[in-house]
Amino acid sequence: MRGNLRLGSLAVRWGFSLLLLLVIGQYHGVLAQETFPVNGVHNEQQGSYAFTNATIVKDHKTQLDKATMVIKDGIIIAIGYEVKIPKGAIILDLEGKYIYPGLIDMYTTYGIPEAKKKESTRRAPQYSTNVKGAYGWNQCLRTDFNANEHFKLDTANARKMRALGFGSVLAFRADGIARGSSVFVTLSNEKENEVVLLDKASANYSFSKGTSTQNYPNSLMGSIALMRQTYLDAGWYAQAKQNEEYNITLESWNQLQDLPQIFEVRDKYSVLRADKVGDEFGVQYIFKGSGNEYQRLDEIKATNGSFILPINFPKAYNVENPFDALQISMTQMIHWELAPSNPAFMEAAGIEFALTTSGLKNKKSFWKNLRKAIDQGLSESTALAALTSVPAGLLNVDHLVGSLEKGKIANFLITSSNLFEKDNIIFQNWIQGQPYIINNVWNDIRGTYELNIETLQPLKLKLTGKYTKPSAQVITSDSTKKKASFKKQETLLTITFDYVKNKDDSIGQKVRMSGLITSDRWSGRAQLQNGNWVNWSATFVEPFEQKDKKDKKTTVKHTIDQVMYPFSSYGWKEKPVQQSVLFKNATVWTNEREGILLNTDVVIQNGKIHAIGNNLAAPPGATTVDASGMHLTCGIIDEHSHIAISRGVNEGTQAVTAEVRIGDVINPDHVNLYRQLAGGVTTSHLLHGSANPVGGQTALIKLRWGYSPEKMKFENTDQFIKFALGENVKQSNWGDLQRVRFPQTRMGVEQVYYDVFTRAREYENRWKAYHSLSKSKRKKTVSPRRDIELDAIVDIMNSEMFITCHSYVQSEINMLMKVADSMGFRVNTFTHILEGYKVADKMKNHGVGASTFSDWWAYKYEVIDAIPYNGTILNNVGVVTAFNSDDAEMGRRLNQEAAKAVKYGGLSEEEAWKFVTLNPAVLLHIDDRVGSIKIGKHADVVLWTDNPLSIYAKVQQTYVDGILFYDSKKDLEYREMINKERMRLMNAMSGAKSKGEKTTPPEGEYDILYKCDTIESEN
Amino acid sequence: MKKGIYILILFLMAGFIASAQQIPAKDQSEAIVLVGGTLHVGNGTVIENAAIGFNNGLITFAVDVSTIKLDPTTARIIDIKGKHVYPGLISPISVLGLNEIDAVRATRDYRDVGQYNPELRSIIAYSTDSRVTPTVRSNGILIAQITPQGGVISGTSSIVELDGWNWEDAVVKMEYGVHLNWPGMFSRSGWWAEPGSISLRKDYISKIRMIEAFFTQAKAYSTSKVKEKNLKFEAMRGLFDETSKLFVHANYSRQITSAVEFGKKFGVKIVIVGGRDSWMLTDMLKENDIPVILTNVHSLPSRSDDDIDLPFKTPKLLHDAGILYCLSYKRSWQQRSLMFVAGTTAAYGLTKEQALMSITSNTAKILGIEKIVGTVEDGKDATIIVSSGDVLDMRTSNIEMAFIRGKEIDLDNKQKALYRKFKTKYEDQGIYKN
Repeated sequence: MRGNLRLGSLAVRWGFSLLLLLVIGQYHGVLAQETFPVNGVHNEQQGSYAFTNATIVKDHKTQLDKATMVIKDGIIIAIGYEVKIPKGAIILDLEGKYIYPGLIDMYTTYGIPEAKKKESTRRAPQYSTNVKGAYGWNQCLRTDFNANEHFKLDTANARKMRALGFGSVLAFRADGIARGSSVFVTLSNEKENEVVLLDKASANYSFSKGTSTQNYPNSLMGSIALMRQTYLDAGWYAQAKQNEEYNITLESWNQLQDLPQIFEVRDKYSVLRADKVGDEFGVQYIFKGSGNEYQRLDEIKATNGSFILPINFPKAYNVENPFDALQISMTQMIHWELAPSNPAFMEAAGIEFALTTSGLKNKKSFWKNLRKAIDQGLSESTALAALTSVPAGLLNVDHLVGSLEKGKIANFLITSSNLFEKDNIIFQNWIQGQPYIINNVWNDIRGTYELNIETLQPLKLKLTGKYTKPSAQVITSDSTKKKASFKKQETLLTITFDYVKNKDDSIGQKVRMSGLITSDRWSGRAQLQNGNWVNWSATFVEPFEQKDKKDKKTTVKHTIDQVMYPFSSYGWKEKPVQQSVLFKNATVWTNEREGILLNTDVVIQNGKIHAIGNNLAAPPGATTVDASGMHLTCGIIDEHSHIAISRGVNEGTQAVTAEVRIGDVINPDHVNLYRQLAGGVTTSHLLHGSANPVGGQTALIKLRWGYSPEKMKFENTDQFIKFALGENVKQSNWGDLQRVRFPQTRMGVEQVYYDVFTRAREYENRWKAYHSLSKSKRKKTVSPRRDIELDAIVDIMNSEMFITCHSYVQSEINMLMKVADSMGFRVNTFTHILEGYKVADKMKNHGVGASTFSDWWAYKYEVIDAIPYNGTILNNVGVVTAFNSDDAEMGRRLNQEAAKAVKYGGLSEEEAWKFVTLNPAVLLHIDDRVGSIKIGKHADVVLWTDNPLSIYAKVQQTYVDGILFYDSKKDLEYREMINKERMRLMNAMSGAKSKGEKTTPPEGEYDILYKCDTIESEN
Repeated sequence: MKKGIYILILFLMAGFIASAQQIPAKDQSEAIVLVGGTLHVGNGTVIENAAIGFNNGLITFAVDVSTIKLDPTTARIIDIKGKHVYPGLISPISVLGLNEIDAVRATRDYRDVGQYNPELRSIIAYSTDSRVTPTVRSNGILIAQITPQGGVISGTSSIVELDGWNWEDAVVKMEYGVHLNWPGMFSRSGWWAEPGSISLRKDYISKIRMIEAFFTQAKAYSTSKVKEKNLKFEAMRGLFDETSKLFVHANYSRQITSAVEFGKKFGVKIVIVGGRDSWMLTDMLKENDIPVILTNVHSLPSRSDDDIDLPFKTPKLLHDAGILYCLSYKRSWQQRSLMFVAGTTAAYGLTKEQALMSITSNTAKILGIEKIVGTVEDGKDATIIVSSGDVLDMRTSNIEMAFIRGKEIDLDNKQKALYRKFKTKYEDQGIYKN
């Protein structure tokens, strides 16, 4: 720093800065630590400065022209007009220059050592934490980490950040789900003791497990469940006051709760997920966004959260090879186009946000990207607020930083112009009252000089180009121009050029000049080609005038209307609305006593099936669809699906994970939702995988394409939970390393159930006992610990949650029914259930339904006896039977699967059709609303070109709640639109490339299609 | 009475034996004529009310009934009025007999250690006793190319008929295909909970160079006088004298393009297997006369921007461009649904007869067995099936009879036996309602 200052002190041409820098060159020690002994003679100096005639931008709303600011001992003591300048203050005239508050980045890891993952030597799963000490059970919870204890000055990074204009940052460690506390520091190079402004600035969180080697959680829903349970545990712990146990993790968790709570997410939907968890526990997070918030702006706004937004906008893709370019989806390209508009869209939506450098691979691109965002409509005042007052406010440090006001810390920038202007130069970044020179060009030396070199004809020296690094030309009296090499190091000048007398002088001679800048005259000695030494001098004539670059960069401003819902191919821009429709002359598969009705009319209205009959009149405003030759059915219900799930379908890390919920991780953006609508599916039951005996809670969705995760959920339904038996839960096919987790046999599986149900019963009893205490007694008693895993199990036993159980062989099927019988509840559904036909009688007696595959077998040992007649036998014995997909591809051909019950076992077509409609509705307890064409039921209907069981049948239209979500005609328009849009965007990317923008090779998006047994990424 | 019981017991025992394992059929012992059915020749034509005669394993005539006179004394005449006759269906890429249970390592015999294994011969591992095969056969698939998997060159495939006592009985064509898995162009990063991206592999080119080096040596070996025998190169000989074909497994456009160039460079006949993007390259495929085995019809589109029915209509796109193609289907046990894959293509642009060709005559051409099977025509093997209805639609597809070289095939299988067993159980309990 001192070095900087010393250099700075020479970088002057006009007197005042010389003075300034001579003074501050000696200035140090204001910040010396009181408690530290001094080796030598104390040299503390109090300094006050007055900055006069500056344009002072106090905050994003207030600008003072020709104003004065006075600082003393690192604090602003006065600001405004008619300010009294204290005696002894150093006065700096900032005529023509600007003062801005120092910028704040509230999301950095500055000065915090990175967490390193300990490479585990054994590769078998690690079930318990390997952190020694009185900590909590899960390694992802690092609430004990206090950044202030680990913060160390990092001058190299501080310098980079200062160069951008930042004066203070929040620093945290980006590791784990609960990441402990952060520290708020300035970017000064002083000792850490001086730099820390706030020891505990925020508590930070994410859904990413970070360096934890413990296997739980290994899915997003597991991370969410862990957050939830920890809130409950911490609440209980606070109440128990260490009487039950001492736990540093929970102790610190509770201590962190009063701080601002910052939650980092990777995606817009995770904002909603985190917000939901926060709402459950009365916490409002500040979200560190991912930059795609604009894709769900309404829901994002509804969180009421403030945001920290990155500006690491994606690079254009290299689309030169058209085949490789196919790898990039339209939405990736649109995101490239719209990402720079994210801040502008957020501003327009009235959402408060701070901006961060986080995520920028090269921090130097900060200003370039920020200007991109401004070009896209982000206002300068919001941008400034996002870098000053907003982060200061969010972190409760606005009494210290974030604006220029009396009493605040003297963190400010001196700039050449408006901070956001393209050519603006940050000269100095003052932090805690100390200047750091950013651009050593206090003055603009560009312009024309008269250059006199002894023995040579008079010349002109012209300095043009960049303010910070001018380029030089030497011009003769007859306007012959010669390029000169021009170097300026502080006040030392080195100029070299080829001297010619005039334009006819073709030979020329080398002139080498060395000189010094003293005030506004330059002079020195030069050596000519003949070896002679001569004197030279240059005198300033006129300043450089920037030619008005015709700013023809007409940036196309993007609008929020370009966003489609969902943000996927085939997403809509115009929200489809509920319609009244009259279907004329259809073959109607009612699934009711009426059977299949020929030449029948059906009216749907207000989202319900309104009328069925002949010669029905179209209600006012209704669309009439000529359905002659076509078949109308209710929508297909897939009892077992894993589509539209984000980041993990299995939390298969423990034998029992009843606490996780698929409903937390619905991903409405997946194109398979649309493809399945095109296969006639209207309702899907999204299941947890089958990696453990008790899996997670399921989610039932309607395929409302383009709706938010919450709005896709089927309203008012019973909650289901996934159980699983057999090879998957025994981990039979997971390789030899997976031999650690109990159970490894079917015998073990049974005991897992008895154990968990027994524990749950005891748990329920503890709560009952607690609730039966008198009010006063209850106050004195520590309540039992809430356990969301056991809550779910209790619900099962009380028939408030229902089991759908992955199962194959008859022994285990029988076992689970016996377990249920002995615990006083009923298994609702066996899914897969490929040996169900062997115990159909027992199943019927138990009252359990079957949701099976039509004809799968031979893929593992336990399905060796699977037969395609299974469905028929079960049905004919009287078990409610369905066919499911468990497969995103087959999910769009479930009508064909149903037809296999006709082929294998000769079921009637009407009964077979119920396998994918009414029967799954019964199994899911929604047959009162869907599953047949009946007046009053939901208008979830599908129009087919042919008998729906036929291989030749195609879907014409699919309605959900009377809303047309798939239309084969509209589909063709989408295809054309996708094609056009792709070409437009590819051209735009090529254009960006030819303008010199950096591009990145084509990279596709990772698209995992889950099945039950997806336990690892498909590499 | 007692005798009756014995007979009943004998009958039941026979039933149990049959259910445990189907007995390979005996050679055709008498001339047979199927009369009155609808004949789908397999070349696009249909003969309503047909008469199909076959003797000594060969078809002697396949004509309209009205054009011939039937003599019941010289042939067994079977009335199949209302039923449909098709050529026996062919599965062009299959691990039937090499793989019994996917997840059980001991039952997997289709992939060995190493990257370049042309010497591996699928035929010797082919099990005629697989319990899976009868379930495929009873749906009408009578011929399959048994194909090894894995590595860069997986090995050599052979074509078998799905009946026989052992692999020597079953073989139709020995060592016909060498299977090359074209190197993947893309790699993925991240894991499910924190997914990364799909990007171009950096080692793609170097992998291709390795394959070229291997083929260069193999070709040189095939034309020079051999001093030391190299089993790998011996297995490649057929490619260079064109007695066998190179089946290149490739889906992505640039892979296919490179594979075609590769075939030209080494002068080998290639077939593209997979062929997802083949529809983009029809001019090039046509020009070089490259057939395609589509394995991904019942699949999701590979890209989110694709037409949602792209895999379903790819056959139509190839058909219109005049490319010879046929259909294949996934895992061994799933191949019994091959005909429904063809049915789907008929819903997406093709006629039913065109769709049928993609699992019969086209397949035979690609496998080089079109002179003996693939259509129901005079002089060809009597490898035919009789269905009670349209074989391509599961509503009606029900194979009642099947003949391989005139041998009448047992259409029972383990699954039907289990069906009977448990149906009987519940019928006896009086709880089964038909």
